[in-house]
Parts: sequence; structure tokens; C-alpha cells
Amino acid sequence: MKPLPSLRLALLLLLLAVIALSGCDSSQKLPFRLTDVSGHMPDLDFKLTDDHGKAVTGADYRGKVVVLYFGYTHCPDVCPLTLAQLHVVMQRLGPLADKARILFVSVDPARDTPAVMHTYVNAFDPRAIGLTGDARDIEALSKRYRSAYTREPSGKDGSYEVSHSSAIYVFDNKGGARVLATPADSQDDLVHDLHLLLDTGTQS
Amino acid sequence: MKSHTLLFLLAGLMVASSTNATEAAHVQASHAWLRVLPGDLPAGAYVTLENDGDQPAVLSGASSPLYADVMLHKSSSDGGMSRMAMVDSLSVPAHGKAILAPAGYHLMLMKATHPVKPGDTITLNLKFADGSTLATNFLARPANAMDSGP
Repeated sequence: MKPLPSLRLALLLLLLAVIALSGCDSSQKLPFRLTDVSGHMPDLDFKLTDDHGKAVTGADYRGKVVVLYFGYTHCPDVCPLTLAQLHVVMQRLGPLADKARILFVSVDPARDTPAVMHTYVNAFDPRAIGLTGDARDIEALSKRYRSAYTREPSGKDGSYEVSHSSAIYVFDNKGGARVLATPADSQDDLVHDLHLLLDTGTQS
Repeated sequence: MKSHTLLFLLAGLMVASSTNATEAAHVQASHAWLRVLPGDLPAGAYVTLENDGDQPAVLSGASSPLYADVMLHKSSSDGGMSRMAMVDSLSVPAHGKAILAPAGYHLMLMKATHPVKPGDTITLNLKFADGSTLATNFLARPANAMDSGP
């Protein structure tokens, strides 16, 4: 069955309308340098425990531009490197960084208690927050952003490593997912994109 | 006659000792530092090794009285996943260098016997495949340091 030409036109118009509407619905288009994921990933939402031991949700960080990264404290190389890089990014943002938060989500809740997370994140940046919690809640957050992690087989002394996604997710101050970065991306680009979000944030 | 024989023997010994010089004897270490993390969390240590010898020098690990366990590790990123794996050795090519740096090869220092603070200098004995060792001073840098510093 071939659709009638008028029906086809109607469908086309409907499609255009939907695109236009979704464009209005999601926040304004910004000239990001890193991967723009606006409208392609769900809003920031989770139920975890912060590094003060307080139950928090994604909504608690509305009003802040959020930089989210998954890792664990027994990771001696890549996680501290990424957090050190994010610290440099925050420093480069100057006073604007007060409107941003780094959320470091543990993929190793068995060892990462709120107290461990607290001393850990504060060794990197005062605007970093450590999140840990129930293994199922962490898995839910990880799946929400198509992130993954796997516990590797234990060593002879019971020590173990956790392989994890290296992605860095950036959310605007309304909780909308906007940019996807990797630790290999240029720091200048991340600073640039955060500037776009933080500058817009001050206007609205 | 006798003195000639002795000279010959001595010369022979000198030649033997230079060709048999240990791997460690040909290696210079620079930019040696470690990233101090809070509590008793494992720390990563980094160093640049240069080999002026005609043979490769094979780093097989390190030890220190300051850490109960030191392992040679390699971080890798594959398909967006960060992984870390133990490696048996890292070859420093003849007249070349090997770099242990963040997000690549590193020494993982575990179970410190006493707290190490940023600013401290600690000594690690780098071990090579032929059994030779190279005592190297590493500068302890803060958690959010990017490199060996100024």
C-alpha cells in the first residue's frame, strides 16, 4: 500500500514539527567542541550517598553544571589522573567553577565508603563530590548512561581491580546531558564547552 | 714474562667486566615521582629510563622497604574502557628509553609501611632481568599533580 501524496506530505510536516518542538524542548543549541549529546541521553538522575554520608539524588545538583565520572579509589593511575585533569579544568574556569561540580561515582562501593570518598575527592578539588551507595543503585546510574564496569579476578591477597568506562559526562544546570568527553580529549575543549554552559547559566 | 701474563689477565678481566656490565649500570632514571593518595590507597609511581648500553635493559619490577608490595602495571584504554593489568617486564631498548607515565606503564605501590607525604623523597630499587638493581629517588607529589613538577 503506497501512502497518498497528501498523507506523505502530512507525515513530513508532522516529522518537521516534532524536530522543531524537540529543538525547543531541549536547551538551546550550543557550539560545543566535544561530542554533543543534547537530547540523546537522559537527564541526571540517581539515588546515592554523598561523601558526607547524606542521601542525595540528581535533583540535588540542579543549579550546578555537573561533570560526572565513574571510577574507584583503589585505582592508582587513570582515576587520579582524570581527577587531576578535571581539577586543572576547574582552576582554569576561575570563579565560574563555583557553579560547577565534579561528581566522582564509585564503581567499587564495597571498599569506597563515604568517609574514604570524602578524603579522596578533597585531595583533588574542593568542588569534587564523591558518590557511593548501594551496588544496584550504582549499576542503575551506570546503565542509564550506557557506562560499564567489571570487577577483574582477585589477586593472591584478595586485592582486585575494576575496569570501567573512561567517559566524562557533562550536564547543564537543569540536569540535561549535554557533552560526552574522554580523558584523551583536549583540556582546552572541555574548558571551552564548560564555559558555554556556565556562561549560559548566568544569563538565565 | 709473569708481569705480561698478569697484564694480559687484567686486560681480559676489564674487557669481560665492561661487556658483562649489568643492565642497571647502563640505565639512567629521570622524572621519577609518585602520586600520593589519601589513607593507605595504592599509589602510582612514574619514571623515565634511558639505556646507553648496546643491549636492551629489561625492567622486571621494583622494591622498597617503604611498601609491602610493588607491582609493574600498565593501564590501557580500549573501546572506552579503562583497564589496568600487571605486566612481567618492560624493555628499555638499547640506546633508547622507556617512559613510565600516567595512563600507561607505572609502578603500583601498595601497603605503605609508614605514611608518605607530598614533598617526601622515597627510594625505590628498580629491578632488572639480570638481577641488577638501580636505587632511584622518587619525589612524592600531591594527588592532583599532573607530572613530576618543576
